[in-house]
Amino acid sequence: MERIPILKMGGFLLVSIQVDMHDRLALQLQDDLTTRIAETSARGVLIDISALEMVDSFIGRMLGNIAAMARVLDAQTVVVGMRPAVAITLVELGMSLAGVRTALNIERGMELLSGSLEEAGRENDIAPR
Amino acid sequence: MTTGRKARFPEIVKANETEILTDWMGRQLESTATRRDLIGEGALRQQSRDFLGAFVETALRGGLDQMHGPHWSGVRDQLSQLSRSRAEQGFSPIETATFVLSLKQPLFDRLRKSISDPVELAEEMWSASVALDALGLYTTEAHQKSREQIINRQQQEMLELSTPVVTLWQGILALPLIGTLDSARTQVVMESLLQRIVETGSLIAILDITGVPTVDTLVAQHLLKTVAAARLMGADCIISGIRPQIAQTIVHLGVDLNSVTTKATLADAFAIALKRSGLAVTRLAGYPGSGQAPTTLKRTED
Repeated sequence: MERIPILKMGGFLLVSIQVDMHDRLALQLQDDLTTRIAETSARGVLIDISALEMVDSFIGRMLGNIAAMARVLDAQTVVVGMRPAVAITLVELGMSLAGVRTALNIERGMELLSGSLEEAGRENDIAPR
Repeated sequence: MTTGRKARFPEIVKANETEILTDWMGRQLESTATRRDLIGEGALRQQSRDFLGAFVETALRGGLDQMHGPHWSGVRDQLSQLSRSRAEQGFSPIETATFVLSLKQPLFDRLRKSISDPVELAEEMWSASVALDALGLYTTEAHQKSREQIINRQQQEMLELSTPVVTLWQGILALPLIGTLDSARTQVVMESLLQRIVETGSLIAILDITGVPTVDTLVAQHLLKTVAAARLMGADCIISGIRPQIAQTIVHLGVDLNSVTTKATLADAFAIALKRSGLAVTRLAGYPGSGQAPTTLKRTED
């Protein structure tokens, strides 16, 4: 069965969606990703959708769901590399992915994640004192 | 036109084609509707000869009861080409139709001379009249169509002209919107903005609506859509150029712009964008208006 690979990079998980998303694959990804976040206690998830050419409302909702699930497991999600056509489609579908952070490419996504984790880390350091 | 009887007028016209053409040309050159200021005599003669020739040839082969059928397509093509060129030259629809309709007078004159029986004459004049009327109306339609094509093309050009995306600084894009935002324009604006975001890797885009005359709920919705799409690409948007009246309208309409940074002027928006990018503008010392006295004056104070 085809699967979307989830790679571990330091404290982050990298998911690169390179095939056409269909519904079962999306559900499988939700399963796998939540399991991996729990296993590795990752603090950030990067979802690269630069190869994704077509989206529908299901995929849009799935991205939102994954971000929400990751947040529950204390990991931040950044969706990176969205194509202009995909962005326009999502907006036209009325899905602006309000709870999801976005970045132009994987590099920017990493910067965003490390930046916000540093900030969160400082806050956590202050709290126990 | 009575059925089962072949009209005789095409034969009469064919036999007297040269005389009719001469007569018709003479009348056209006298008439003001010919617009001699827009078309030369040579071109007019050429057009008249071509049309009369094609008209007679087609009429001789019958089909006068179906002017819109395929039988007449050759004549219609010729007329639409003529209408198009006249529309571009600045002829009015009436002047274009008159070209065809003015053929009636010389043609009827000729019929009157050739047919002595009044009943038959009336019959022939009627069928010739019907045929020429149909063609005259067709030129009006063709004229209209070519005008519409011109308008459409200009609209398209305006659409492309009015949506430039400019790079203000490395990583900062600006989109000065001019004119009313409708769905079609929003689509173009969105596409060009997102494309530029990808190309330049920009993090901040400023939508300047100084040139947008009115903001209603629809325009606001289009703006918010653009902002949402840019955000999905990882770029932040700032809306600038909101005039006081527009700020009032937005609040009265109940449009929620809380999710977007808004500024009154493009300069303010640019300042915010620079700050977010970790950049600052400083004035060099010693320039007029820099707040510091020029160096020469300073020395005298010492």
